[in-house]
Amino acid sequence: MKANFRKTAAITLGAVFLLLLPVAAILAQEPYFISLFSRILIYALAAVSLDLLLGYAGMISLGHAAYVGIGAYVVGIFFYHASEMEPLFSFPFLLQGSENAMLVLPLAVLVSAFFAMVIGSLCLRTKGMHFIMITLAFAQMLYYFFVSLGKYGGDDGLSLYSRSTMPGLDLDNDLQFYYFCLFLLMGFLFMAKRLVESRFGLMIRGGSNNERRLCALGINSYKYKLACFVIAGAGAGLAGGLLANQTEYVSPGLMHWTLSGELMVMVLLGGLGTIFGPVLGAAVFLLLEETLAMYTEHWMVYMGPFLVIVVLFAKRGLFGLITGEKHNNG
Amino acid sequence: MLLFFEQILNGLQLGITLFLMSAGLTLVFGIMQVINLAHGSFYMIGAYVCATVAARSGSFLLGMALALPAAALCGMLMEFVILRRLYKREHLDQVLATFGLIMFFNELTRILWGRQPLYLNVPSWLSGSIELLPDLVYPVYRLAVIGVGLFVALALWFMFSRTRLGMQIRAGASNRDMIGALGVNIKLLYTMVFGLGTMLAGLAGVMAGPILAVEAGMGESILILTFVVIVIGGIGSIRGAVAGALLVGLVDTLGRAFLPTLFRLVFESATADAAAASLSSMAIYILMAAVLVWKPTGLFPAHS
Repeated sequence: MKANFRKTAAITLGAVFLLLLPVAAILAQEPYFISLFSRILIYALAAVSLDLLLGYAGMISLGHAAYVGIGAYVVGIFFYHASEMEPLFSFPFLLQGSENAMLVLPLAVLVSAFFAMVIGSLCLRTKGMHFIMITLAFAQMLYYFFVSLGKYGGDDGLSLYSRSTMPGLDLDNDLQFYYFCLFLLMGFLFMAKRLVESRFGLMIRGGSNNERRLCALGINSYKYKLACFVIAGAGAGLAGGLLANQTEYVSPGLMHWTLSGELMVMVLLGGLGTIFGPVLGAAVFLLLEETLAMYTEHWMVYMGPFLVIVVLFAKRGLFGLITGEKHNNG
Repeated sequence: MLLFFEQILNGLQLGITLFLMSAGLTLVFGIMQVINLAHGSFYMIGAYVCATVAARSGSFLLGMALALPAAALCGMLMEFVILRRLYKREHLDQVLATFGLIMFFNELTRILWGRQPLYLNVPSWLSGSIELLPDLVYPVYRLAVIGVGLFVALALWFMFSRTRLGMQIRAGASNRDMIGALGVNIKLLYTMVFGLGTMLAGLAGVMAGPILAVEAGMGESILILTFVVIVIGGIGSIRGAVAGALLVGLVDTLGRAFLPTLFRLVFESATADAAAASLSSMAIYILMAAVLVWKPTGLFPAHS
């Protein structure tokens, strides 16, 4: 009961903080914080989607950045074709580029989900260490594909000249963009929360705890795992689409396995299997990176051992420390 | 035809380097059930130590003689301080902790040696080329790399199948509790196997030094290839590591060399080059996906 109260309080406080942050930033005349926190919200979205895999379904994907990258490239490629006035392809039907967020963001989600479905259906044939390695391999495959894709900038990536357009909103305005990201993150959090508490959530947790028993109960956990993989991929795709807008730049670097690793770190830092924890994890990771980078260009030499210490001694993550709860699989 | 033969040798040489990397890593995977992403860091340490010593003393051999123990000692230290605590933990923890170690090692090298890449010269007694076949001139150094790799493969085979230590390692791979109960100091054995693995990684780094630039982060590109090798070959199997390394080395090298020509037969040249470039860099990952779909535990699984 007490833990539950602390959890509600922590989530409410976090939400209020994120809602009021731009106001504080404007009052303090530090508009930089708005764009920094937009970035944090976007990474948080990707980390929450990864938490569905790591914390609930027990699927350790080291290739989650691939879906972030795909989402970003969907936005980037549509933008490129819109500004070049050149159709994406004319066969079997004519497809024009677009800058409309109402079109490109859902497309980013759909395309990422589609790739997650194809890749996931192959990866899920394997387990344990093999699963980690094959998800990594697929992400690298896509990374090298985009590196060699000369038309869209190859290694150098694509620059977007503005953010996507949206009827009724000006996404080029940092403040409006921030609230747009916050709205989407909260929507995804709500959905993820409902999802893991549903029958579906029970199935995927069951699949990660004792697959054989689930099988004996007559349940085919493959379907559920694949669905979970697709949902996580879709969430990462949305984050990618937003990230392309936030930085106005898309590059294969978004698919590099180091980003997958960083997303994992955010999940673990925040708290595995807590849905809300990864938001905190993303904020702490990026703020720590930002702060350390201010003092030394060699910030990674401190970040590395910090990660090791977190893994060795703070298994429950920061959210677990705040709420006093163990993670869901505990 | 000569070009084909030359590319086969190049593929063999890449395969040998990959074998040195994967032999150590596959043992660590197979015996200790631990995922070590930081294996590439020892490749980097080997290359850096050798490059530094060789630049100061002018002797490549001295550099190599110091680089191997340096890589082994760093590895054993890391095993003793950190990895030992992670054997019983989930894979996720191992991935994250070793990911942190990669960050640490890469940045530490940047602090110690700076951001500029170092260059390691081919020792004079190995420079130059010889004519293997009429009109086929091949660098001696690359042949030496192939030779060293074959020697190490033989030595490992001998150690595993003919010595007491190898027997204990194999026993540890199939049942670690049992071999502990039989009175073998399993902790020490693990540390030694780990040190052997990182020493081989250091050797791979030393040998790649004169071919590639020695720079921070050099370990990661080969690390991913090493994972591909291990997964194709089957985790924990030395035989699998040999087969996987040669397969990956040949597919990667031959793909890069001949796919453009093949594609030009079918498509116009601009499209062909673009398609061949992307396909050849993805070839090994496609190979890996195909192998895993066909045999989810790799070609030569250690525990079948």
